[in-house]
Amino acid sequence: MDEVYDVIVLGTGLKECIISGLLSVDGLKVLHMDRNDYYGGESASLTLNQLWQKFHGTEKPPAALGSNRDYNVDMIPKFMMANGQLVRVLIHTDVTKYLSFKAVDGSYVLKQNKIYKVPATDVEALKSPLMGMFEKRRARKFFCFVQDYDEADPKSHEGLDVTKTTSRELFAKYGLEENTIEFIGHALALHRDNSFLDEPALDTVKRIKLYAESLARFGGGSPYIYPLYGLGELPQAFARLSAVYGGTYMLSKPECKVEFENGVAVGVTSQGETAKFTKAVVGDPSYFTEKVKVVGKVVRAIAIMSHPIPNTSDSHSVQIILPQKQLNRKSDMYVFCCSYTHNVAAKGKYIAFVSTESEMDDPMKELQPGVNLLGPVDTIFYDSFLRYEPIADGSQDKCFISKSYDPTTHFETTVHDVLDLYTRITGKELDLSEKDLSAASAADE
Amino acid sequence: MATLGTSHMQAKLVLLGDMGAGKSSLVLRFVKGQFFDYQESTIGAAFLTQTVAVNDATIKFEIWDTAGQERYHSLAPMYYRGAAAAIVVYDVTNVDSFTRAKNWVRELQRQGNPSLIIALAGNKVDLVAKRKIQIEEGQAYAEENGLFFMETSAKTAHNVNELFYEIARKLPRANPAAQPTGIVLNQGANDRYQRRGSACCA
Ligand SMILES: Nc1nc2c(ncn2[C@@H]2O[C@H](COP(=O)(O)OP(=O)(O)OP(=O)(O)O)[C@@H](O)[C@H]2O)c(=O)[nH]1
Ligand SMILES: [Mg+2]
Repeated sequence: MDEVYDVIVLGTGLKECIISGLLSVDGLKVLHMDRNDYYGGESASLTLNQLWQKFHGTEKPPAALGSNRDYNVDMIPKFMMANGQLVRVLIHTDVTKYLSFKAVDGSYVLKQNKIYKVPATDVEALKSPLMGMFEKRRARKFFCFVQDYDEADPKSHEGLDVTKTTSRELFAKYGLEENTIEFIGHALALHRDNSFLDEPALDTVKRIKLYAESLARFGGGSPYIYPLYGLGELPQAFARLSAVYGGTYMLSKPECKVEFENGVAVGVTSQGETAKFTKAVVGDPSYFTEKVKVVGKVVRAIAIMSHPIPNTSDSHSVQIILPQKQLNRKSDMYVFCCSYTHNVAAKGKYIAFVSTESEMDDPMKELQPGVNLLGPVDTIFYDSFLRYEPIADGSQDKCFISKSYDPTTHFETTVHDVLDLYTRITGKELDLSEKDLSAASAADE
Repeated sequence: MATLGTSHMQAKLVLLGDMGAGKSSLVLRFVKGQFFDYQESTIGAAFLTQTVAVNDATIKFEIWDTAGQERYHSLAPMYYRGAAAAIVVYDVTNVDSFTRAKNWVRELQRQGNPSLIIALAGNKVDLVAKRKIQIEEGQAYAEENGLFFMETSAKTAHNVNELFYEIARKLPRANPAAQPTGIVLNQGANDRYQRRGSACCA
């Protein structure tokens, strides 16, 4: 360990593993350490015993739940947009060869205490009770505009400058009703609250385009995909990438204390040995408790069930978005479900998650609207954790710290943070367009 | 030469063993027919595929090399996941590497699936004068533990193809359970992505 590296990475969460992989591929000498004896940190997938250990101390899980090793329960449940940034990074780095995915069956949205499928095809859209007939026509015009919108081609802008026009103004131009705006903003553009309405509409337009492109990619019932064996496979795959390109891996390293000289980080000490670095130390907030601030709190419930979520056409994998206004809240609530068919639970079992940004003190009460959708559960755990962000950007002290994972059910914000870290560390932008995504495809095994 | 009834299957094969035992060299010899006296690191050999034909089947091996993650005991569970076969390699000139190989066998029996085929390879038999582990020793350990055993040399190619072909022969035929059923995202080839006409502007 007493060596000099370009970069030391602390924690093997998804963000840290992607960074580690990207930097090793760039030819930097990377040392990657974790205090745990497993990969994934906060974004690991746990076996049943590990899950019981975490929530019940030492208790043994009941035999009825099946074999310990059949379980890979995500600690940060999220789906991947089929055409999103994470898929781009996977293809860019050729990490896809270590992974295998399944399309997610459906995405649903809550409206007046009932859940409706977010239409995935023209036929579904025509039949959907989410909008009335006239509203569907207006919405169709709006989607045409979004579909054709091309930043580089002013002809497609229909006289609007969406870098200035707000989303609210854009929706008003097409005469869309409040319910439709909520549906588009939260279930398609995946905004977490309503602040987007008064921001320039470009971001919303891009998000809707991403949704549509992702939906088209595999022709499934949703724009999402999910890896077999759970999300914990992702950090492992990127760690392997890093190792293949020369990265050194050390797990079970207690402490991992960052050493400073004149306020600038220079090395990391564990078990009395210090590894030095020249360029950067990267890590999740738990390794930099002095250099992060609390920005929020996530509450969540994790349930093991013996049936799919009711009213989802027996889907083995679904997302349900509960828009804030439907619940009289400030931020949306998300329900996420996958099953034994994704190799994350024992035969016949389903894993469901309910999560949101916390706005009250009682997690059970707060998550009730989401938990109510699940039907009877075999077991359920409640949990909350603080979200941290770094105080500084690392340019002064060489500490490049990732943000905690947010409660969204997809990875777009996660990858933004990674790309931002990458740029701060290397001074370069990662060009993900390099390999043409439209040429990428899916092959069934 | 594919005949009617020939089955095509894919099998993940992982390599394990001490640093410098010759894991990457065995793979390179088998897949590319090459050998380097100063095999640098695992880069390039970390993921290779090779198809072999045995009497009744063609088998595409997906070969995973450790990428050095075993060095500090940091191999990820993903590495073993879904593997149909494992080759545990030791260096016949190095006693420690034999001890480590035994540890790997134990680890595999703990982690891996019960139908995993484990091969034990005593490598570098060309270094006759330096040999420390006799063939009988490897043989005996393999028999006790139900492993399949061969002595090899990546340098002279002795028993290298035989090792992989024997594994191919031992793989259970038609084991759909071991096959992944998911989508593999990939680049370019057999492009099935079609831009669906826009839902709204059709
Ligand atoms: N004489 C002889 N040398 C060999 C043989 N196989 C490998 N070597 C040499 O042993 C050294 C290590 O071989 P590698 O194939 O890199 O070993 P490895 O198990 O992949 O090592 P790590 O990747 O470091 O874990 C290299 O210098 C090879 O040239 C062999 O059969 N005979
Ligand atoms: Mg090697």
